[in-house]
Amino acid sequence: AVPVGYEPSSFLGVCNREEGVRIDLNHGTTTLAFKFRHGVIVAVDSRASAGNYLDCNDANKVIEINPYLLGTMSGSAADCQYWERLLAKECRLYKLRNNHRISVAAASKLLSNMMLGYKGMGLSMGSMICGWDKEGPGLFYVDSNGTRLSGRMFSTGCGNSYAYGVVDSGYKEDMTVEEAYELGCRGIAHATHRDAYSGGSVNMYHMREDGWIKVCKEDVSKLIHRYREGMF
Amino acid sequence: MVTCEPPKKSLPYCSDTASLHGGCRAFLVFPGLKMLSAQNFGESGKMKEYHYTGPVEHRFSPYAFNGGTVLAVAGEDFAIVASDTRLSEGYSIHSRDSPKCYKLTDTTVIGCSGFHGDCLTLTKIIDARLKMYKHSNTKTMTSGAIAAMLSTILYGRRFFPYYVYNIIGGLDEQGKGAVYSFDPVGSYQRDTYKAGGSASAMLQPLLDNQIGFKNMEGVEHVPLSKEKAVQLVKDVFISAAERDVYTGDALRICIITKEGIQEQNIPLRKD
Repeated sequence: AVPVGYEPSSFLGVCNREEGVRIDLNHGTTTLAFKFRHGVIVAVDSRASAGNYLDCNDANKVIEINPYLLGTMSGSAADCQYWERLLAKECRLYKLRNNHRISVAAASKLLSNMMLGYKGMGLSMGSMICGWDKEGPGLFYVDSNGTRLSGRMFSTGCGNSYAYGVVDSGYKEDMTVEEAYELGCRGIAHATHRDAYSGGSVNMYHMREDGWIKVCKEDVSKLIHRYREGMF
Repeated sequence: MVTCEPPKKSLPYCSDTASLHGGCRAFLVFPGLKMLSAQNFGESGKMKEYHYTGPVEHRFSPYAFNGGTVLAVAGEDFAIVASDTRLSEGYSIHSRDSPKCYKLTDTTVIGCSGFHGDCLTLTKIIDARLKMYKHSNTKTMTSGAIAAMLSTILYGRRFFPYYVYNIIGGLDEQGKGAVYSFDPVGSYQRDTYKAGGSASAMLQPLLDNQIGFKNMEGVEHVPLSKEKAVQLVKDVFISAAERDVYTGDALRICIITKEGIQEQNIPLRKD
């Protein structure tokens, strides 16, 4: 148990004020996912920043838990990687013990309970658990505050507001698959254009009844140039 | 048998101050923490002038920055891990012969820069875990496995991190070069090349251009040969020693191939 009054979340902030010592952790993202008639589209950017330094431009922010479950990562890279890897282990153990695949609702609940165990200690994770189970396509938003929501469309990360704007304006329930791919790309591309901490390339996955497929990995600057052609 | 441990919710040692000051919230926190007390604010609520002459709380910091730069490059059938050998603190140099590359197995070398105390402890822990794995599984850990293990070791200290920037270089199971780069709390991924440590922000763009062929147009993407890679690493460190005060003295290069690990020492600027 942690003594009353201790704030692990501010400890690193204090250390960073001292001479020469800077512990910056990988952070910052835009991710989005939405359900439509033909499944779930998941699109993420690929930038990992540590303070003001761009640590990595081709980070992998989607964890492939099993052929029917995907998890996205936003917030602190280490927190997301660790807890989602732990979730993948729990999902595998569930399948071995119960002889059937875990449902999306149960998997997301496992993750949110892990987060609740460390609530208030400075973990930073915003994740979407997407999958296809007996109930059909599933999409849950789980974050480090313990929030767990089921919904039709979510976007997380510091660029999420830009992505919401784009996807909300182009979304139709009966979109074709190509239209959905285009919408996912646009959402991330426009968010990376305006948010400093998002960028790199768009990694897109499509969750179908027979599992997920990786749709594309497109460089954001090329996409923006393509979209601007039609603008001016 | 090592089980997966959740990160310890422990806090750094501060029991002495806690007993002195009873239940006072400010001192239950880590002694190094500087709290904005009521004294710093004047009547109107604005901050007072910085001529404070009363008692000052001196802090003990659990961390120090010892400098140093580490670099790793992965080729088709080789990997290179290089580091400078200067150990500094503030304006002083503690040692000119303290390399930051540590050999883990015959096919893996780790470079650790940041706080030297944490680097030493971390490498000891990794060595112990490698031995335990070898005794339980009668085989040596692969580079990918070491990287995944290091990620969980670092995350185990999520709330009081090891102040170390790690880069692992080695050969994967197929014999191809592999580089894994980490942040202080365990986030990692596989790269082709990575620079870490004090001069990393200067070196990484240069590597992006020369090895990744980024920000250039109409250039043929030639795969990197071992000789060219070693020469590039030497040139890059010479540049870093020119512009970064914490980098210099000598360069230690470890070249990992299926024949083994070959080491080279090259002098750098000593000023």
